[in-house]
Amino acid sequence: MSVVVAEQLIKTYVAGDIKIEAIRKVNFSIEPASFVSFIGPSGSGKTTLLNMIGCLDPPTAGKLQVAGQDITSLNRQNAARFRGEHIGFVFQDFNLIPVLTVFENVEYPLQMVQSWPNEKRKKRVMEMLEAVGMADQARKYPSQISGGQKQRAAVARALVTNAKLVLADEPTANLDKETANMVINLMKQMRDEYKTTFVFSTHDPRIVDNVEITFVLDDGTLHKLEKSAGGDHA
Amino acid sequence: MLNIFKLAARNLFRYKRRTLLTSTLITLGVVSVLLFISISGSFKALMVGQITDSMLGHIQIHKKGYLASIDSLPLNRNLTGKQIDKVVQVLAEEDAVEAYSMRIKLGAMFSNFIETTNIRLNAVTPTDEMKTAPLLTDRILEGEKENLLKAGEILIPELISKGMKVKVGDGIVLVANNKDGSVNGQNFMVRGILEGISGPGGRDGMIHINDAKSLLRIEAAEVSEIAIRLKDIYLLPAVFTSLQEKLGSMKNKQGMPVFEVHTWEKISPFFNIAKMIDLMTFFIKIMLVAIVLVSIMNVMVMAVYERINEIGTIAAIGTLPNKILSLFVVEGFLMGVLGTAVGTTISLISIAIMNATQIRFDFGRQTGLLLSPTIGATDVIFVVVIVVAIAVIASLQPAWKAAKMDPITALKHV
Repeated sequence: MSVVVAEQLIKTYVAGDIKIEAIRKVNFSIEPASFVSFIGPSGSGKTTLLNMIGCLDPPTAGKLQVAGQDITSLNRQNAARFRGEHIGFVFQDFNLIPVLTVFENVEYPLQMVQSWPNEKRKKRVMEMLEAVGMADQARKYPSQISGGQKQRAAVARALVTNAKLVLADEPTANLDKETANMVINLMKQMRDEYKTTFVFSTHDPRIVDNVEITFVLDDGTLHKLEKSAGGDHA
Repeated sequence: MLNIFKLAARNLFRYKRRTLLTSTLITLGVVSVLLFISISGSFKALMVGQITDSMLGHIQIHKKGYLASIDSLPLNRNLTGKQIDKVVQVLAEEDAVEAYSMRIKLGAMFSNFIETTNIRLNAVTPTDEMKTAPLLTDRILEGEKENLLKAGEILIPELISKGMKVKVGDGIVLVANNKDGSVNGQNFMVRGILEGISGPGGRDGMIHINDAKSLLRIEAAEVSEIAIRLKDIYLLPAVFTSLQEKLGSMKNKQGMPVFEVHTWEKISPFFNIAKMIDLMTFFIKIMLVAIVLVSIMNVMVMAVYERINEIGTIAAIGTLPNKILSLFVVEGFLMGVLGTAVGTTISLISIAIMNATQIRFDFGRQTGLLLSPTIGATDVIFVVVIVVAIAVIASLQPAWKAAKMDPITALKHV
């Protein structure tokens, strides 16, 4: 069963008398454990689409199903609950909570969102920190670690709840080339290990080269970019 | 919930200077209020004690209408023997009554054989009066204090002593009209000089009740007032209500009330000063509320504004709005608790130091009064609860704003 199914999805913003159609009747589906990117120029609707998939912004019309549930009509409370249970987020600016250590940041969704029991929670957090190679940095605060380490911690936080879907908005934009490659490889490794679906919104060709499916958004419309056998885009 | 407290505490620690400033402001407010309550309360208790314990007693019973005409000290409005018996019977049923004193109040001419003046007198039974007004002997500036006075002796007010150059041991004569209008005179020896205090009766002299009866030619049992001392002044409202019910409702054959019962508050003008102190305390409390409200609200609005992106993050990863609300409310709560805890500790230490250093002050003609500031647990709890509650209330609006924030907008915020 597809993790994400969108049918005739529309998102329209109204600013005074002006209607802006950010997403225009798009259809797509994303299969479990896939590595997918949405690319397109600025203002093409990538982030809007990602926000809708992430239950942060409701669609204006159409059908959107995530993890088997229709999320088009979720209210604020239920949307938050749904995100906490099924979706992980990786942000461009890492967005770790500065007053919490790396361990506590990864622990946060299990403690404040899902209420896991203490022992099980700690075990799970250490497992994830080891998986992303951050176990030795667990006691440090975000201000004490590098950008790449922050993003690895953010990936651990996104995966710690066994999220079926991780949405990453420009996850490598603030990283140097080497660190960006390392983070992309890490996410791919996590996908292989935990069978999590990763969906990116990106400009970064390194991500596009690594994903299996790329959707191109142009002025609110969507088409799938097929990869050639040699890896070139067709 | 513990996690919310942990996170809130760390956020407060993150903005150390701001937290310190706000908590210091709350601390100053709490210290001001608690010290004001304790010092004004001490002053009030001291003055009330002076008035009730050296003169008025806690409650007074008169014949109906006596108090309205007390300036002329009417002898035709005295309580009769039968009425006195009724009062005694009622007082015997009141466990809270410690003592009572029957007084005849009269006006007379005071002569030192050279010049004459008017004097107002309280005629008392010394043993009963000393039990009812135990601080009365402290007002004796000159002369023997023990047993107050005997028949044939008079305690004269300080003003008459000075004005007429009368000393302890001098002989004087009192001339008084009885209620029928006939005049009688009697010799007395000055036993002591009484310090005057503010309020009704504060400048009256004192003679033995038997002397008053012979001077006024009263043969039957008859008194002008019955002053009552309670075991504890805090029992005043309950005893007053009970006496009011039992005596105040009693009617004569014409259907008119027989007795009037008054607390010291009704009789002494100092009660208005005491009320004013209470009013000032109330306004000081209002100021404290305003300080806490404004400072906490200001700091929480800033905290929300500075952490918009962080709020967006925790909302995006699934934190429910009510948890975000709790997080900010708990921050305000903790700041309130911190300021209150420090403020209360400083106040209690300051009160202990003031008591240890024995600060004295003057009030009117009274000098060297010892300031003994105390504060009751009720007052401390009240201030603590108010401050913490206001801190929480002040955090609600910013916290609500944080909880209702749109995650997308918040995440875009730089």
